[in-house]
Amino acid sequence: MSTAVEETHHDTHHDHKPYGIGRWLFTTNHKDIGSMYLWFSFIMFLTGGAMAMVIRAELFQPGLQLVDPHFFNQMTTVHGLIMVFGAVMPAFTGLANWMIPMMIGAPDMALPRMNNWSFWILPFAFVILLGSLFMEGGGPAFGWTFYAPLSTTYSSDSTALFVFAIHIMGISSIMGAINVIVTIMNMRAPGMNYMKMPLFVWTWFITAFLLIAVMPVLAGAVTMVLTDKYFGTSFFDAAGGGDPVMFQHIFWFFGHPEVYIMILPSFGIISAIIPAFTRKRLFGYASMVYATAAIALLSFLVWAHHMFTTGMPVFAELFFMYCTMLIAVPTGVKIFNWVATMWRGSMTFETPMLFALAFVILFTIGGFSGLMLAITPVDFQYHDTYFVVAHFHYVLVTGAIFSIMAASYYWLPKWTGHMYDTTLAKTHFWTSLISVNVLFFPMHFAGLAGMPRRIPDYATQFADINQIASIGGFAFGLSQLIFLWVAIKCVKGGEKAEAKPWEGAEGLEWTVPSPAPYHTFEKPPKVE
Amino acid sequence: MAEQQSYYVPASSPWPIVGAVGLGLIAWGAGHTVIDMSKEQDGYGSTVLIAGLVVIAVMLFGWFRDQINESMSGKYSSQLGDSYKQGMSWFIFSEVMFFAAFFGALFYARIIAVQWLGGDSNNAMTNEVLWPEFVAQWPLVNTPGGTETQAMGWYGLPAINTIILLISSVTCHFAHTGLEQNKRKQLTAMLGITIILGCIFLYLQGAEYVHAYEELGLALDSGIYGNTFYMLTGFHGMHVTLGTVMLIVMFLRVIKGHFTPDNHFAFQATSWYWHFVDVVWLCLFVVVYVL
Repeated sequence: MSTAVEETHHDTHHDHKPYGIGRWLFTTNHKDIGSMYLWFSFIMFLTGGAMAMVIRAELFQPGLQLVDPHFFNQMTTVHGLIMVFGAVMPAFTGLANWMIPMMIGAPDMALPRMNNWSFWILPFAFVILLGSLFMEGGGPAFGWTFYAPLSTTYSSDSTALFVFAIHIMGISSIMGAINVIVTIMNMRAPGMNYMKMPLFVWTWFITAFLLIAVMPVLAGAVTMVLTDKYFGTSFFDAAGGGDPVMFQHIFWFFGHPEVYIMILPSFGIISAIIPAFTRKRLFGYASMVYATAAIALLSFLVWAHHMFTTGMPVFAELFFMYCTMLIAVPTGVKIFNWVATMWRGSMTFETPMLFALAFVILFTIGGFSGLMLAITPVDFQYHDTYFVVAHFHYVLVTGAIFSIMAASYYWLPKWTGHMYDTTLAKTHFWTSLISVNVLFFPMHFAGLAGMPRRIPDYATQFADINQIASIGGFAFGLSQLIFLWVAIKCVKGGEKAEAKPWEGAEGLEWTVPSPAPYHTFEKPPKVE
Repeated sequence: MAEQQSYYVPASSPWPIVGAVGLGLIAWGAGHTVIDMSKEQDGYGSTVLIAGLVVIAVMLFGWFRDQINESMSGKYSSQLGDSYKQGMSWFIFSEVMFFAAFFGALFYARIIAVQWLGGDSNNAMTNEVLWPEFVAQWPLVNTPGGTETQAMGWYGLPAINTIILLISSVTCHFAHTGLEQNKRKQLTAMLGITIILGCIFLYLQGAEYVHAYEELGLALDSGIYGNTFYMLTGFHGMHVTLGTVMLIVMFLRVIKGHFTPDNHFAFQATSWYWHFVDVVWLCLFVVVYVL
C-alpha cells in the first residue's frame, strides 16, 4: 500500500529546517504554522487590549473626556471582534496545530498545505478590518454582534469591508477546523483509539465540528447584512416583510456555539494540566468526553437566551431558559471531575497549575453568573448591563485566556527547548489574577445597579466602581507585557528543558525531545 | 486508519500564500466595489477585485497542477486519499449549513415575521400601529411598505429545471460507475451529458430571472419574498456554475487519462458536489416554488 510513498520520503525525512522568510511563507509544517498562529494571536491580543485600555480610560470618570462616542463605539466593537476572531480562536488553532499531531502520534496535520492557507488568510482579514477604522465615517461601530438595524440602516459606509473581512476569517476557520477533524479521524497512531485520546484532542474534535457547523451560518448572516445595506433587500426590515429580530436569531444560532468554540479547548487544556500537577489520573475520563459532547449538542438549542427581552412568545422564553440551565449539568460534571482529580493528589503549584486552578475557580464564577442570566425574569433586569460584561469576561478572560496562558506555560519548554523564567511567570500570574478581579468583579455590581453596557458616559453614582475597574484594567494590561517578556526570553534561551519537564505529565508529546524535532513521528509510535 | 509505515507529508508550496493574497485582494476589492457602487463613485475597488480573482484562478491552476503531478507520480497513499475524502465531506457539510442560514431566514420570515406583522399571535397592536392595511400572505406580493410584485409559479421553467437537474445527477452517477468499471465510453458520454444538462439548467435559470424581472416585476429588492427567492436560487446557481466548471475540468482530465478505477478522488469529490447541489435544488424547489 505504501511502497510508492517510501521513495518520495527523502525530502521530508531530514530534520534541518528551511531558513529565511520562505520557511514561514511556504511552510507545511504544523509546528511552524502553530507558532505563527500563536504569535499572531498574541499580537491581536495586545491590539485588542490596547482598545480595551481606550475604553477603560474613557470610563475612568463620568462625562466625555478622551474620545467621542462614535469612536468609543468603534473601540468596543473592534475590541470584541479582535479578541474573539483574532486572539482566542487563533490561539486555540495554534495550540491544536502544535499539539494534536504530537498527542495522537501523527507526523503532521492531515492537510498541511491547506493548513498554511488557513493561517495566512488571517493577517489579510485583520488588516482589512483594522484598516476600515481609518476610513471616512469610521469603522464598524455596532458592537461585535452587529445587530440590525445598527449594522444596516445606521452603519458607516465601511461596513462592506467588515462583511468581507468576516467572510475570509470564516473561510480560514472552516478550513482550519476541517483540518483538525480530519487529522483526528484519520491520523491517529495504531492503538490510539478514540477513548484513549487526550482530552485536548477530544475537545478540539468537538470544537471543530461546531466550527464547521456554525461559521457558514455567520457567513449567511453577514451576507444578509451586506444585501440589506447595499442591495435593497429587507431580511431585517419589517417594511419589506423581514424582521430585525430575525437577525438576532441567525446571529445567535452561530453565536452560542461560537462561545463554546472558545471554551471547549480550554476544558481539554485544564484536563491535561490538573492531572499532571496532582500526579493522579484524570477523574472520570469518559464522563468528560460525554459532557463535552453534551455541551456541544445543547449549544444548538440555547441561542435565544441572548434575546429574552425581544418580545418572544412565553413558550420560547421558557424553552430556552430550561435548555440553558441544562448546560450547567455537563459543565458541573467537568468542574467536579477536576476537583475530584485534585482530591488527595500530591499537588505542586508550578505556573501552569496556578493558571489552571485560577481557571477552575474563576470560570465557575462566570458560569454561575451565566446561570443567573439564564433565568428569564431576572434577565429582564440584567440584560445589556455591565453584569453581562462581567459574566462573559469571567468566562472568556479568566476562562479561555487563562487556559491559553496555562497551556503556554505547560508546553513552552516542549516548543522552545528552554525552561522559562519561573519567577517572572509567577509574577505574571499573580499580577494578572489580582488585576483581572479588580477589573471585572466590580462590574457585577455596576450591572446589578443598572449601568448599561456600550456607553461612553454614565450616571455619577457609578464613578467609584468604574474607577476601580479601570485601575484593574490598566494593571491587567501591563501584566500581559510580562507574559510577552517571558515568552521572548524563553524562545531566545534559558535553562535546557528535559523531554519531560513536568514529573507527572502524561502523553505522547513528552516522549519526544525538547524542543520537539521539526518532524515528529514519521513512524507512528505504538500506543498501549 | 493509520496502519501505514508513514504518512506522506507534502513539501512546502507557494500556493497557499498566493491563495491568501488572492482572498485578501478579493475581500478588499469586493468591499470597496460595493462601497463605490453605493456612493456612485469611481474607485479602484473593482480593479482590485478582478486582480484578486485572477490571483485565485492562477492559484487554483497552479495548486491543482502540482497536486495532479504528485498524484500521477504515485506519491500519495490511500491514507491521504481518506483525508481528502473526509475533508471534502466536511466541506460539503459546511455548505449545507450555509444554505441552512438562508432556508432558516425563509422559514422565519414566512411562518413568524410576516404572520406577526399581519397581527397573528399576540401582535394585533403591531399590525394596528404599524401597517393596519397589511394582510399576511405568502408569497408576500404586497409588502407592508407597499412594494408590489408577482409570485413565481413552480410549473414551467422551474419544473423543467428540476427534471434536468435530477437527470443530471443520474447521468453523473453513471459516469462514476463507468469510471469504476473502466467503461471509458460510458464515462465520457455520461459526463458530457451531465455537463450539457448543467449548462442548460444555468441558461434556463437565467431566462427565469429575465422573466421574473421583466414580466413579473419580481426583483431582489421586492421585499422578503424576492429576497429569499433570489438569494436561495442565486447562491444555488453559483454552486451549479462552480459544479459545472468542476465537471468540465474532470472531463478534460478524463480525456487526458488521469483517472483509474481505484484512484479518482477528484472525480468522486466533483460527483459528490454535484449530488449535493441537486439535493439543495430539490429542497429549494419544494419550499421556494411549490409550497
